[in-house]
Amino acid sequence: MEPQDIDKHPVVHKLREWSATAIAEVLEFRGEFTVVVPREQLLRVAEYLATEPSLRFSFLSDITPVDRFPIEPRFEVNYHLVSLDRRERLRLKVKLTGSDPMVHSVTGVWPTANWHERESYDLFGIRFEGHPDLRRILMPDDWEGHPLRKDYPTEGYR
Amino acid sequence: MTTTIETATGAAQTMVLNMGPQHPSTHGVLRVVLELNGEMVVKAEPIIGYLHTGIEKSCEAKTYSQVITLTDRIDYLAPLSNNLGYCLAVEKILGIEVPKRAQYIRVLLTELTRCASHLVWVGTHAIDLGAMTVFLYSFREREEILKIFEYLSGQRMMTSYFRIGGLALEPPPGWLDKVRRVVDSLPGHIDEYEDLLTKNKIWLGRTQGVGIISASDAIAMGCSGPMLRGSGVAYDVRKAFPYSSYDEFDFNVQTQTAGDCYARYQVRVAEIRESIKIVKQAMEKIPSEGLFRAEVPGIIPPSREEMKTSIEGLIYHFKIFTEGFAPPPGEVYQAIESPRGELGVFVASDGSAKPYRVKFRAPSFVNLQSLPKLAEGRLIADVVACIGTTDIVLGEVDR
Repeated sequence: MEPQDIDKHPVVHKLREWSATAIAEVLEFRGEFTVVVPREQLLRVAEYLATEPSLRFSFLSDITPVDRFPIEPRFEVNYHLVSLDRRERLRLKVKLTGSDPMVHSVTGVWPTANWHERESYDLFGIRFEGHPDLRRILMPDDWEGHPLRKDYPTEGYR
Repeated sequence: MTTTIETATGAAQTMVLNMGPQHPSTHGVLRVVLELNGEMVVKAEPIIGYLHTGIEKSCEAKTYSQVITLTDRIDYLAPLSNNLGYCLAVEKILGIEVPKRAQYIRVLLTELTRCASHLVWVGTHAIDLGAMTVFLYSFREREEILKIFEYLSGQRMMTSYFRIGGLALEPPPGWLDKVRRVVDSLPGHIDEYEDLLTKNKIWLGRTQGVGIISASDAIAMGCSGPMLRGSGVAYDVRKAFPYSSYDEFDFNVQTQTAGDCYARYQVRVAEIRESIKIVKQAMEKIPSEGLFRAEVPGIIPPSREEMKTSIEGLIYHFKIFTEGFAPPPGEVYQAIESPRGELGVFVASDGSAKPYRVKFRAPSFVNLQSLPKLAEGRLIADVVACIGTTDIVLGEVDR
């Protein structure tokens, strides 16, 4: 798909119209659209997508980080949104550096983000600013390291 | 296991009770820390992770095909649904079209899985609330469904029957007769369970008005499946984002508006009946002849005969099983409607033969998050009903 076609996507178009700084990049793969958002803009964009009456991305199905170690910015956090009545999906992506893996929490917009963000913190060490209760969730509280990071070995001793 | 603690307000003396991780009604190893005022739950906090086995980390060390066996073990009550979600995700990355015949067989089997899973649910939930009989009946019927899976794949539970591009094996002759026998008898059995439960005074007392979650709360908490539909939101991935030819089937999304434990019970029972409807349609649709797996050289293993008779077949067979195949770099998210809700599989490929990252959006994990909302302000006994109707599988919660 050509870049100008991607811009014709209604949600992308709407976002660009709303704010020129909201979108860093738009990607398309196998019919799925990913809007890459600058870290500082995430909360603003999330609030807009969730509340704008013509979009209504009221359902957050998942938050999935990916570790691109040793490439910098190292972490990508994917937010999978669903608009229940418009039957549309959208992926938001934020890129974070290894030295400062921190992004604003979206629990205020989608309360379901609470456990997803705790899981991301637990397994990737990504910190979510403003999260009400950022603790480990799957690993024991005294665990050291973040198992899903790429520099964490799959087998053997640490 | 009890201690007395000071509350923040200091007004009432509350007690902390540890429910689980070894407790029969928590369906696995779930621990719920309850803060109680008498028998009333002031605060409930689910604590999970006891069954965490690092499945997502293990996936990164396996080839794409090897991951399928791990997906069985995530939600062990609906292994075929997990197989399907993962296979669809990888097929999406690869851009493979699965033959119609395989798609219909997949639909038929995942709907039988839904029946089997809901049968376990209705039985175990009833036994949690003190109705012993249904448990014995529903496990009897579930066994008949598992026998079909065994006939097709050789395994009752960890089937790994769906493979990338289609199915593992050509279904054995006569399998549809076995399916027909089960779906013909199942509606009568459901009537039996309903006779025992639906209008049972004790059952109504234990479930009606218990564990209420409103539609807006359910959406905000990310609930899906019967949890969401019990609150009146008609969101079903099979209808909203059809996959595997679900758009060719005629079925209704079951909803209830009460949002309590009884509503979720009604939704699940109605879903078994809808699933039977889909299975019957699928039996009509499945052509007797045709491919059970796509033919894509280098990615989908060639047939046994081709491997034995042609040099290309032998080379591909050897390469696929020793080094796997490498999809193009990219990321996909594929959601399916598992018996518990939206099962999402996120697969990121970096162009190598092993998935760079696999993430399972487990419906149980997300649904469990709303347990405090269901249980707080109710009695301890109701916590059991709330956990039950959330229908969690701890293997899936902890992965």
